[in-house]
Formats: sequence, C-alpha cells, structure tokens
Amino acid sequence: MQTYDLSTGSLRELNATLHAQNETTNQTAWEIMNPRGAHAIACGLDSPIEVTVRGSTGYYSAGMNQQATVNIKGSAGPGVAENMMSGKVVIDGDASQYAGATGHGGLLVIKGNASSRCGISMKGINIVVHGSIGHMSAFMAQSGNLVVCGDAGEALGDSCYEARLFVRGTVKSLGADCEEKEMRPEHLEILRTLLAEGECNARPEEFKRYGSARTLYNFNIDNAY
Amino acid sequence: MSNDDRGIPRTTPRQSATFTQDVNSEIRRAAATGIYDIRGGGAAKRKLPTFDDLLFLGASISRYPLEGYREKCDTNVTIGGLHASNPIHLDIPITIAGMSFGALSGPAKEALGRGASAAGTSTTTGDGGMTPEERGHSSKLVYQYLPSRYGMNPDDLRKADAIEIVVGQGAKPGGGGMLLGQKISDRVANMRNLPKGIDQRSACRHPDWTGPDDLEIKILELREITGWRVPIYVKIAGARPYYDTTLAVKAGADAIVLDGMQGGTAATQDVFIEHVGQPTLAIIRPAVKALQDLGMHRKVQLILSGGIRSGADVAKAMALGADAVAIGTAALIALGDNDPKWEAEYNKLGTTAGAYDDWHEGQDPAGITTQDPELMKRFDPIEGGRRLRNYLKVMTLEAQTIARACGKNHLHNLEPEDLVALTMEAAAMAQVPLAGTDWWPGKSGSF
Repeated sequence: MQTYDLSTGSLRELNATLHAQNETTNQTAWEIMNPRGAHAIACGLDSPIEVTVRGSTGYYSAGMNQQATVNIKGSAGPGVAENMMSGKVVIDGDASQYAGATGHGGLLVIKGNASSRCGISMKGINIVVHGSIGHMSAFMAQSGNLVVCGDAGEALGDSCYEARLFVRGTVKSLGADCEEKEMRPEHLEILRTLLAEGECNARPEEFKRYGSARTLYNFNIDNAY
Repeated sequence: MSNDDRGIPRTTPRQSATFTQDVNSEIRRAAATGIYDIRGGGAAKRKLPTFDDLLFLGASISRYPLEGYREKCDTNVTIGGLHASNPIHLDIPITIAGMSFGALSGPAKEALGRGASAAGTSTTTGDGGMTPEERGHSSKLVYQYLPSRYGMNPDDLRKADAIEIVVGQGAKPGGGGMLLGQKISDRVANMRNLPKGIDQRSACRHPDWTGPDDLEIKILELREITGWRVPIYVKIAGARPYYDTTLAVKAGADAIVLDGMQGGTAATQDVFIEHVGQPTLAIIRPAVKALQDLGMHRKVQLILSGGIRSGADVAKAMALGADAVAIGTAALIALGDNDPKWEAEYNKLGTTAGAYDDWHEGQDPAGITTQDPELMKRFDPIEGGRRLRNYLKVMTLEAQTIARACGKNHLHNLEPEDLVALTMEAAAMAQVPLAGTDWWPGKSGSF
C-alpha cells in the first residue's frame, strides 16, 4: 500500500504520481490521507490501480477516470467521476451535484444520497445510488443506467435520450419527455447485475423504470414548450 | 404613372419599410409551418457596424512607413504562455475557429487542418469530438470542451495542443447547439452516443459547473488531467465582454476567444442569430480594457472572431488590441462554400450562391456542410486545404501591407492611434476618433 498525505504533499505531485502508474505497475494500492475537500483528487487516472481517499473530497474527484478504482471514504463534492470512461468509483458518504455527469462508462456507486443533476448528460456510465437523488437528475441523459434505491426529485430525466432510469421510491415529478416504461425481464436482469455490483441489497422487482417518450426526437411545434 | 378612370393620377405603389418583402415572406413561412426558421451562418444578413467603418491613417511626416516588401514585419504569436508549459506558437495570427465534425464533413475538417497547418496556424475541433483525420492533418489542434461533451474523452484531451472551454458563441450567446436529424449519420451518431436520425440538441450551459468560481476549479481539473502542459482557452460570446473577460482571466484562462454576433453557427434560430449579442466591432475594446485593468493584456491572449474576412479586418482587430483572430465562415467560403459554380444546384434548393444558409439540412451542393456521401465526393480535401492556405497567406500579406504602411515591424505593434472611424457608431464602439476630428462619442477631455 502506497500512502500519500495531502496535508504535506501537493495535488500536482499526487496526480502526477498516480498518472505515472501504467498497466504493469506493481504499486496497485494507494491511500490518500487528509484530502480536506481538495478539488480534482485522482482525476485523469488511466491504469488498473485502486485508490482509497480517507476523507471527503472537493470538486471533480476521479474525473475522467479510466480503469482505476477510486474509493472515497467520506463524501464527494460536485462532479465526482465526471466524464468517467471506465473503472469504478465508490463513495461511502453523499455526493454533491452533477455526480457522474457525462460519464461514458464504468460504475459509480454512491452509498449515501446524491444531490441535483446526478447523471446529467450521462453517455453510457452506470450509476447506483443507495439513497435518494435531487432535482433535474439524468437531464439529457443519453445512455447507460441510473439506479436509485431511494426517491428522485423534480424533473427526473428531462429531455433524456436512451438512458434507463430505475427508481425504487417516489419520483417527485418527471421532466419533459420522460415517462414510466415497461419493466421487462431484460431490465430486471440489468438491475440485478448493477445492484450486486453496487453492493446494494434492494430487489429489482421493487423498482420502476423511466425513460424517453421520444416525442422530442424530431422537432414538432405541438411538443414545443 | 397613368391616371385612373376619373382622371386622377395614380400614386406609385409604396412598399412598407416595416413590413418588407423579407419580413412578409417570413411571416408567411411561420404561419405555414409553425416552426421558427433555423439556419446557419452569423448575423450577416442585416447591416451592422463593422471593421469596414474604420480606416487606417498610414504614415506621414509624424510617423514613417516601412518598405512594403523588403522591411521585416513579423506576424508570429504565442498563445498560452501564462500557465502552460507548452504554449502554442503560431506563424500567423489567424486561426481556424471551432466547427464540428457533424456540421462539417470529415473531408472538410481534414481540409481545414491541411490549410491551417500549411499556413502555420491552428485549427479547432467542434461540438462532436476529435476525428482522426482532423488530428492527423492538423499540426496544431485546439480541442473544444463544450456543454454537450459529445465525444469528450481524456485520451483525445491529451492529444490536443490546447483546450478551448466553450462558454458561449457569438451567433447565439446563451444558446446551445443543434444538429438536425438529416446530418446524424451512423458515424456522427456513434461519436455523439445518440440514436441515428434524431434532432440532436446541445445544452446551453455546462453540465458540471456554473459561474466563475466553478470554472476556476474546472480549469484546475483539466490542467491536472493534462499535466499543466497545454494552454486552456475560454471562448465567450460578445455579450458582456468586460465582465466575462475579467471572470475568465480570474478563473485562470490562458487565452480568451471572443466571438461577435457575426460569428457563424451550423444551425440556430434566425431570431437568435440576428437579435442576440453584439457586433464584433463593439466587443473588442471592453475586453481589452478588462485585460489592461487586470494587467494581463498581452499575457492572456485575446483571439477575436466574428465576421473576419480580410487582412484589413485582421489588422484592425489587432490595432484595437487583439493578439490573434479566428475565422470560420470565411474559411468555409475559401474551401468552396456558396461558390457560384454550384448555382444551378442552389437554385434547385430555392436559393442562390452567396445566400445559401441551410447548412443544417445536409444538402450542401459544395459537399462541405453535409454527411451525404455523394455530396461529400464533390469536395477534395487536398485542393480545399490548398485554397485555405492561399487565403490565409493573402490575409497575412494584406495585414502586413497595412502594418508596414503604419510603420510597424510586427502586427502586434498596430495600435488604436492608427485608426479613425467613418461613422459615429464605429467611433463610439472602437473608441477611435471620427475621421477629421479628435473626438469620439463618450470621450472625455481632448488631446
């Protein structure tokens, strides 16, 4: 286990060190002490390493992650795992706004709650939230799966495309062009897999599925707001 | 005119100055369709104050000129030296503005790269990601970071020579983009992770930051991901240039790209293009003042765009304080857009060469703003690249000609004192004297 203390070291040195790890590194386990809400911790990683952050992070932790596993043993600030391509990010606490924004791949697990705009513009990422999510989540979500074990705030899935949105609790309101969809066996299977990967013991049958009604896909004046 | 049957002279039929034929035809179109008019291009369909309203004074007894073809007049510019370890060094201060693969064909993007590289300057990606042909043919490529994040990935980010965070666009300050279904081919759909054939909407603001404090942190993240190597530009529309420039510099930008309302777009509502934003001439002095007030003029570079067409425009922009300019529409015309040789084809589309602006429909007779394989065959990227290089060379020579006449051995040495204005509006906007006077509107005191 390699340990880096941000109370004495710099963010630049930390990220440069993590970026220097390649596919064959034998320094695969890293522990970051005293993050103290610093921004951009462990962003841009691109190797199969596991990074554990002992505390809460600021903006954009694990941003654009590729291959790596990042565990945050606290809460995460805005934009955690934004534009993630692959790998896994697990947050023990809560996540602020824009969690997993524009993510193309990988798995983001939030064991607490997520704030507004969770999964905004997601492009293939899978997100599992043990708690609830805030308003305007999955806005313009393009693809991937958002699993919410708690409740969803206002305007869920506004203007979404082909992303699948699964919510176990209540949805305060659906956004424009978002509707409840039929839960078919293949969706239950997707849910079962994601809940297992996300270390969540909820049952797939308890969820409802939401997605695009596709009325905004080609402009029609009668659908204009 | 003839008399009526009572012997009274008929008056000349008089068209309304308010309800013009253009206005009336748009009302009829709106009534028939229920859809606002969407088109490409910038606010060039209406009369605006432009650089044509400024003149250079040239040298005289008080200033002496440089010999036209013999004495040195440098044109190089370095962008992004403030924070980046690898700033961009350009031979000429004329760059190619961001235009997307999707809006443009792959060969058209390739031609922009070829032409820019041959002329020693940079080209820029657009809303849709980086294509291999564009990267491969561009010696210096600026990678746009847009609200949609279509195709955004850290591998391409690290291949870029600079990153341009797009906050706004002159054609549509406060607006997002759109790419209509006709142009969403399999390849475009795949790059943008969208279903084929849908109308693709790009968000008007970034998904994971709002405001200048967030932008500062976003810039930090992008620098960390790219190892602080490449410059980070911030592109803003000419809406509130003083404050936006100030905030972008505060957030840590290496360069500001400032786009006036003549700046083009691939597709936006006509009402947006023509009625939101400010003319390019009006935005440059407030932006320069912001940089000067911060002590950052010439440290954070200012790249001006929006209707730049000639070496005279380049020279005027630089005299008013820009470090470089960017061209989009002009580059497309150099490639062959709106060429009269396709007049019969333009006529079939109900338009004429020079007026064609339905770039979003994907039926471009010149094969540039299309994803139709048959139309794309009409465009040769090698020839297009050569034409763009020639055009960039001519613009540079024109700007040098003017600079030498003003006694300047570098384009950057041009200054507002080299200019006068032909109109009160231009004098007020450019803050240079009305020709024949020592005064401009808003100027206090006297020389």
